[in-house]
Amino acid sequence: MKTCLVVDDSRVIRKVARRILEDLGFEIAEASDGLEALAWCRATMPDAVLLDWNMPVMTGIEFLRHLRLEPGGSKPTVLLCTVENDVERINEALDCGANEYIMKPFDSDIVASKFAEVGLA
Amino acid sequence: MRPEDKDLVVQLCGARAGLHVDPQKDYLLESRLGPVARRENFGSIDEMIATLRSKREDRLAWAIVEAMASSETCFYRDRTPFALFRDEILPTLARLRDGEPIRIWSAACGSGQEVYSLAMTIDDQRALMPGTKLELFASDLSERALEKAQSGLYTQFEVQRGLPIRHLVRHFEKVDEMWVLSPRIRQMVRWRRINLVSDLSAAGRFDVIFCRNVLSALVEPMRVRLLENLARALSPDGFLFLGATETATGLSQAFQPVSGRPGLYARNPAFRAAA
Repeated sequence: MKTCLVVDDSRVIRKVARRILEDLGFEIAEASDGLEALAWCRATMPDAVLLDWNMPVMTGIEFLRHLRLEPGGSKPTVLLCTVENDVERINEALDCGANEYIMKPFDSDIVASKFAEVGLA
Repeated sequence: MRPEDKDLVVQLCGARAGLHVDPQKDYLLESRLGPVARRENFGSIDEMIATLRSKREDRLAWAIVEAMASSETCFYRDRTPFALFRDEILPTLARLRDGEPIRIWSAACGSGQEVYSLAMTIDDQRALMPGTKLELFASDLSERALEKAQSGLYTQFEVQRGLPIRHLVRHFEKVDEMWVLSPRIRQMVRWRRINLVSDLSAAGRFDVIFCRNVLSALVEPMRVRLLENLARALSPDGFLFLGATETATGLSQAFQPVSGRPGLYARNPAFRAAA
């Protein structure tokens, strides 16, 4: 079973994302900020990361920059999932190594469509 | 809705557009006709149908048919047809046409996602096909759908369904809360209102026709008419894309399936002789 790490400081978003991604066949792990997510990835690199941008302690983009420098850190498919919806921000995320980008609010169709886009659904 | 009002809508849609409308689907009827009634300043759907019955106003009749014909879509819907178009159909036709224009028709374009997906695909491939001329046409039964399509304006939800993020940032600009497709892509498409079950002899001749998810929405006799209309509009060595769940087999001899390519059809040479 493929694994997806859901990184968001909102418990509600993590719960909603977990439900959608479990329906897509993923085993889910959760982290509430970038630092926690990085610790998780150093222990077990997931197949995918659904990543919020604005979080305390370490933001999603900071996490992504660190992740891509880690051994095996190029492996996870990373989908930003954020309220940031300006083209400059999207390009910044892509430049940092994001594979896809979901703009909040999202629904299950959008998540399924984006995971299909990166070959994971 | 009263049963006799539903029957009137069923008959109207069948007669004008060959459209199959299930009178048992109250939710569908009311969700499609409610906005028409409000837009036309009627107090209710019942009031609108009563006016239609008494005045037989052509414009109102078409507004009702168009509303029942509309359907949801998304960018790169079903994915495979676009990959097939890009990787096999386009290179094959570019070779065969040898500089002559390749004419592509999105026959039921709805709010434009299909034809713009084709336009973006073509735009991305241009460098690989120097000297190849491509002409892109789009039609729909609904004037309202055509207006929306031509605007190139999409909501955040719409641009997230099927559209890869790199395509979004390459081809769209964010304007307030909407996303607008670049004029360069919009200008690649020529638009026309066309009723696919009417006489298509003036529509022109095309090398590729996308007519997906229309066949299954029609009453059976009109399915045959649609296929034969499309066969006449397709060049003898052209290709027809139907929807993922649709088939021409068993309905008409006009097309034969392309082996190993679900949803893709070529004209039957026997039909060419008869056309």
